Amino acid sequence: MVKLTEMQKELQYEFKEFVNDNVSPLAKKNDLNEVLDESLIKKIIEKGYLGSMIPRKYDGREFDSISIGILNEEMGRGCSSTRSLLTVHGMVAIAINKWGSREQKEYWLPKLAKGELIGAFALTEPTAGSDANSMKTIATEVGNSYILNGEKKWITMGQIADVFIVFAKLNDKATAFLLPRNTPGLTVKSMGDLLGVKASMLAQLNLENCIIPKENLVGKEGIGLSHVGLFSLDYGRYTIACGCVGLAQACLDESLKYCKERIQFKVPLGNQQLIQKMITEMTVNIQAARLLCYNAGNLREASDPDSIMETWSAKYFASKMVNDVSSNAVQIFGAKGLSKEFSIERYFRDARVNEIIEGSSQIHESLIAKNMLMCAK
Amino acid sequence: MRVKEKIKAFLAKHVNVNEIEDTDNIFEKGLVNSLFAMQLVMFIEKEFEVEIGNEDLDLVNFRTINSIENLIVRKKG
Repeated sequence: MVKLTEMQKELQYEFKEFVNDNVSPLAKKNDLNEVLDESLIKKIIEKGYLGSMIPRKYDGREFDSISIGILNEEMGRGCSSTRSLLTVHGMVAIAINKWGSREQKEYWLPKLAKGELIGAFALTEPTAGSDANSMKTIATEVGNSYILNGEKKWITMGQIADVFIVFAKLNDKATAFLLPRNTPGLTVKSMGDLLGVKASMLAQLNLENCIIPKENLVGKEGIGLSHVGLFSLDYGRYTIACGCVGLAQACLDESLKYCKERIQFKVPLGNQQLIQKMITEMTVNIQAARLLCYNAGNLREASDPDSIMETWSAKYFASKMVNDVSSNAVQIFGAKGLSKEFSIERYFRDARVNEIIEGSSQIHESLIAKNMLMCAK
Repeated sequence: MRVKEKIKAFLAKHVNVNEIEDTDNIFEKGLVNSLFAMQLVMFIEKEFEVEIGNEDLDLVNFRTINSIENLIVRKKG
């Protein structure tokens, strides 16, 4: 087991308490209404969690990588949709912190840290998902501005974001831009009725002659995907992997409780060996995923280039694991696993998206294998 | 270990360095994947304790072993 520092243990306790008191009680309502409770967002802001990844000099809490992982694990345990807010907001902050100009960092990061602005990551398009480079959104340089035209879809937290990091082709090269919500020509259309993570408040963006100042380009022309996007997605992948561990833990916690309470054939359900098999598999696979996340976290904290592939591995394993674990949880609960009276059906629905976002499982299988083959002597 | 040797040691984890000349374009040869650009930035920053900023993000600085070495030497002053 990875040994947490005293500071990390204290933060873990803080996160658990916060989630138990504030997040978990609202998860069902968030899911039913397909909206994150506003008072919950305010509380997250008050705790500084939106600034968890932002340096202190920009008013963030500057948690270490393991603590960020634990924060996302606990949020995932409470409510996957809420965890997705931390993920996408963090992706915008990471992009600016790493590749932004001094002026961009000084302007945007304190606002993001304090929750004065919510950020969202706008890469995907109706015809560009895994093949991100086939994006059709274009940026044209005109004087001291860029004009953006195009469409983005499936944008998490798009319904409430104040600023988007948008990827567009500038001179046929993928480039990243900051697009404030109030830019004329930007239309945000809510998307709902998803299978799971129903409160992740997805939106479709239509950009029609959106004029932004030149200062809103992040990094340089042509590095939008190779550097800005990939650094952000790397953070997204890590927090999603950790969120999967949390969601799976929630499944296990409730399953264990149920196995002790439910009596069939005059004994608790947990006495049945085939149920014990499921519990064992859930327990061990959750721990394995957690350790992969901690491994990635430690390497990230050390800025080790190996952290990239280890994060891919953690997300691949954790996203598959949470789908298996949530499926087992439904099975353990029987008919109750299908009822909205219990949280299990929401966990099962929330689990599914994790094999699709931040790189589908198939992309992971292709990339991890190709990397291994490339490195093999 | 000298700068070039460290660069080659890092590259050796990803490609067969015996197949690369110091002046070969690593990316154009198709030997590395889409994540390599990010891995290279992290390697340079960690190994040589320099910060790669926007001003450095020109492909010219990263495409050959020689150009990577030159970038690092410039950054280290």
